[in-house]
Amino acid sequence: MFDDFLFRALIAGIGIAIVTGPLGCFVVWRRLSFFGDTLAHSALLGVILSISFDINISLSIFTVSSLVALILLRLQNTTNLAGDALLGLLSHSSLAIGLLVLGFLSFIRFDIMGVLFGDILSVNVNDLIIIWAGGSIILFVLWLIWKPLFASTVNYELAEAEGMNPKRVNAIFTILLAALIAISIKMVGLLLITGMLIIPCAMARNLSNNPKQMVVLSIIGGLFSVFVGLYASFEINTSSGPTIVTVAIILFILSLSRIRKKY
Amino acid sequence: MIDNDLLVKVSDAGLYKNGKWLVKGVNLNITKGKIVTLIGPNGSGKTTTAKIALGLYKNIEGTVERLTNKISYVPQKVSIDWTLPVRVIDFMVLTHDLQDQEINDALNLTGVEHLKNNNLRELSGGEFQRVLLARAIAKKPDLLVLDEPVQGVDFTGEVELYALIKKISETLQCGILLISHDLHVVMSATDYVVCLNGHVCCSGTPVAVAQNKEYKELFGEKSSQLLSLYEHEHDHVHDSDGNIVKEAK
Repeated sequence: MFDDFLFRALIAGIGIAIVTGPLGCFVVWRRLSFFGDTLAHSALLGVILSISFDINISLSIFTVSSLVALILLRLQNTTNLAGDALLGLLSHSSLAIGLLVLGFLSFIRFDIMGVLFGDILSVNVNDLIIIWAGGSIILFVLWLIWKPLFASTVNYELAEAEGMNPKRVNAIFTILLAALIAISIKMVGLLLITGMLIIPCAMARNLSNNPKQMVVLSIIGGLFSVFVGLYASFEINTSSGPTIVTVAIILFILSLSRIRKKY
Repeated sequence: MIDNDLLVKVSDAGLYKNGKWLVKGVNLNITKGKIVTLIGPNGSGKTTTAKIALGLYKNIEGTVERLTNKISYVPQKVSIDWTLPVRVIDFMVLTHDLQDQEINDALNLTGVEHLKNNNLRELSGGEFQRVLLARAIAKKPDLLVLDEPVQGVDFTGEVELYALIKKISETLQCGILLISHDLHVVMSATDYVVCLNGHVCCSGTPVAVAQNKEYKELFGEKSSQLLSLYEHEHDHVHDSDGNIVKEAK
């Protein structure tokens, strides 16, 4: 029943859903969804560099996205531009440079749709190793910094006053986000990775009343979206990324009826 | 003067930001078992001074020495976004792991044990302040920084909480830096008062400060008799460096 590539895609999707759940919750809590977009856009440059210099695609994306993230953290301290303007600046400059470089490399055969929307056919065993190994590292680091990261999300100054280092954990979290984008771009695509990050968490928020519950429900929502989305994309022959995200949106809409307005 | 009980020593500290001095020339020592209170009108730099003492600013004038890491902070304002579901019980262990018993005891002391499983957003302003205070004392800190800890608390609760703060400073032998508007409470429960108005107007024991000429100018004659409400008129202004420019009225 399961073709081999579909099985691989499923294993990859499960790995990604487990990591996007907790990370996505922090993205929602910290109002970083546009930041996720910025990192994803910069991933295009990473993809193009990986093709032109024949380096590993995940490594290349991770490097470029981390670099953009660090430039952003640096710019936040040195300019007075508002956060969203700064993000727009970085997002579109990396996108523009990526497309420009792509123009120069017209001799390279390159499936841009796969990069934008994800392509399950392209997931190979190597990718599975990268997703599961990378995902484990991301979750392990997140587990290590959970307490200070959560405390500084609730109140930055309180966390800092009580001996935590919010600046450092913020930087680490940013790198984790870049790493997540690097491992999941093949599967979900760079246009939709932020949707994969925040939509299951938005659904989980409607159904939960404490942070751990929200994380667990986001993971469950993400897994369900991957299962149903992959199956549907196989059956009706659509791109995997958009199908998975659409399932997540349907879950979100269903969760609205259970919303606990009191909280 | 060498003091073994010293927790924080702020020496000639100031913060210059966006073209003006928020506060300047602050000296204060916080020691174990003593309550230091900052008073002053709005915008006089009370919160800034507390944050300087906590080390939250990087580019300050002067020096701050902190001799402890066990610090609890009750900020003036904590707002929890809807997207972040946090119960009281989650909030209690925000920066420090605690036993159930410790959580219950602290919530009990501030009278909000029954709210343990409620979401923070369900609490009233006064209840939230009690939870903030409970969290701060539950970890048994050496230094407690309280920025208007009883705002929004009803009158009887206010008296109780100040009594609790006094008791904590004695039982835990922790130093407390308190920002407060309740002059009568301040004067009765405090060991040392620093009166701010962009700079240190005067400081000393409550009795000494109440008799101080600048304090009277800032808070009015009546408050020196510890009776007046917290009302005052500005009868002097500051230049951009915080120096007093006398202005006859």
